[in-house]
Amino acid sequence: MTTNQTPTATGGRTSGRPSRGRAAAPAIGLVPFVVYMTIFLVVPTVTVVVGAFQGPDGGFSLEKIKALGGETALGALRESLLLSVSSALIGAVAGALLCWAVLASPPASLLRRVTTAVCGVLAQFGGVTLAFAWVATLGFNGLLTGLLADVLGTDPNGASWLYGLPGLVLVYTYFQVPLMVIVFLPALEGVRPQWREAAANLGASTWQYWWQVGFPLLRPAFLGSALLLFANAFAAYATAAALVSQGSPITPLLIRASLTSEVVLGQSDFGYALALQMVLVVSVVMAAYAWLLRRTSRWLQ
Amino acid sequence: MNRRNVDGTRTSFGVRLARGLVLLAALLFFATPLVALLDFSTAERDGSRSWEAWTSLLDDPLMVDAIVTSLTLAGLTVVLMLVLLVPTMVWVRLRLPKATRFVEFMCLLPLTIPALVLVVGVTNVFTWLTYFFGDTPLVLTFAYVVLVLPYAYRAVDASLSGLDTTTLSEAARSLGAGWWTVILRVVVPNIWPGVFGAAFISIALVLGEYTFASLLNYETLPVAIVLTSKSDASLSMAASLASILFAAVLLVLLSLFDRGRRTQGGSR
Repeated sequence: MTTNQTPTATGGRTSGRPSRGRAAAPAIGLVPFVVYMTIFLVVPTVTVVVGAFQGPDGGFSLEKIKALGGETALGALRESLLLSVSSALIGAVAGALLCWAVLASPPASLLRRVTTAVCGVLAQFGGVTLAFAWVATLGFNGLLTGLLADVLGTDPNGASWLYGLPGLVLVYTYFQVPLMVIVFLPALEGVRPQWREAAANLGASTWQYWWQVGFPLLRPAFLGSALLLFANAFAAYATAAALVSQGSPITPLLIRASLTSEVVLGQSDFGYALALQMVLVVSVVMAAYAWLLRRTSRWLQ
Repeated sequence: MNRRNVDGTRTSFGVRLARGLVLLAALLFFATPLVALLDFSTAERDGSRSWEAWTSLLDDPLMVDAIVTSLTLAGLTVVLMLVLLVPTMVWVRLRLPKATRFVEFMCLLPLTIPALVLVVGVTNVFTWLTYFFGDTPLVLTFAYVVLVLPYAYRAVDASLSGLDTTTLSEAARSLGAGWWTVILRVVVPNIWPGVFGAAFISIALVLGEYTFASLLNYETLPVAIVLTSKSDASLSMAASLASILFAAVLLVLLSLFDRGRRTQGGSR
């Protein structure tokens, strides 16, 4: 390589190279990326949107969109929203508390490093293992099953609520809290000690500082993070799929049912409309998240 | 340092107690299910312990196939992702700054379009992928590159923005280097932390990916874990714990790289 390079560098071709580079329009460099993203991201998304508005004969039809107002779809959406809102709220509050507790130790401390690393693993790593971890905890023969049966008098065969909506909220919390820590910790780190000193100089008590300075400053960041958690829960599939093998209480599982059984509500391809609904909900939430993030960044770095 | 002193002189016993309790609660909440996995995978019917589920992890043909498939997928995804992403990002930085927002938008888009939605729409694309490449689970690579892109983009972007690419490339170009030489021999060696970060997080994400694989009926590790859970619960629990520990090791390595970069940037 090096021997090849040297003659090029010292040789007379130096003057020829840049002009050749200038001749080719720089936009050509983007072609592979754009083509790839078109095939594997844009085409599937457009397929979903178009498919949602297609009738059985391939022509335009609002039939599938209308079916979204049906009882099954509405019920699933309601449960999905309930699951996403509750797990996002629990995750946001618990995660913010955890951030606050961790923040007392310096950035390079073992506690901070371990917490961020563990949160990274739990927030990013697949839902299947998390679902099974909770089955091992509260399911049949689980670690806590016997203990809870003795203490609280619950079912010694394992918690049946684990496989329904309350169980999903619990298991989702397990990845929502770490995600909150990841996205909210930087905002909390951005709160400068000087602000507190300034408030103290003006005679504010700790409560007054938090109430009138700290919380208002952190509110956009907190709301933004909570929105991200909501979108995360709403779009999640693996955990619910691994935990709930029968039935479809939430939208992602209803999409699974439409994909695997082909016939839901007597209609095939209903999944397109459900998927479109999911994109719409998630994009609205993510847009709000981006907007709040911009507001936050004005104050916090 | 400053903050610690300010806090240290003021923090009351009650606040410190509350902090400790929050940390303890978090520790219990996050550790219990993992301990339960270990407990479940080693428990015997008569109450004794055995590592049978763990040893049979590498005897079970379904598991072994699935592990090989998942690891191959992870490797292929990393290679394809790097080949697609790194030259594009460097090129945009050097020659096409106007396209920065566009590329960023495209890379972060998979966060807004859930994997489940892509699965619903991707059937046609996969029909002709299997037509060209045969019916192998490895075609999942193409979809996985899209899924890991937001995380990979952030990792590479963080490294790139700490680098004066323009000056470096101008220097290299004035010495006669071609664009490929600039990208591969000048820029890439300077952004190794970002490239490694992107690779690690991609591997972790691919190893845990369930949506695409299960709905398109390919037997990757998470799919095999779910399938096995119906016949051999202990084995699936052992596989779950093993995969989460493997991902943990990868992501801890990633955080080490990350920290190395940050302290470097801080001292500058």
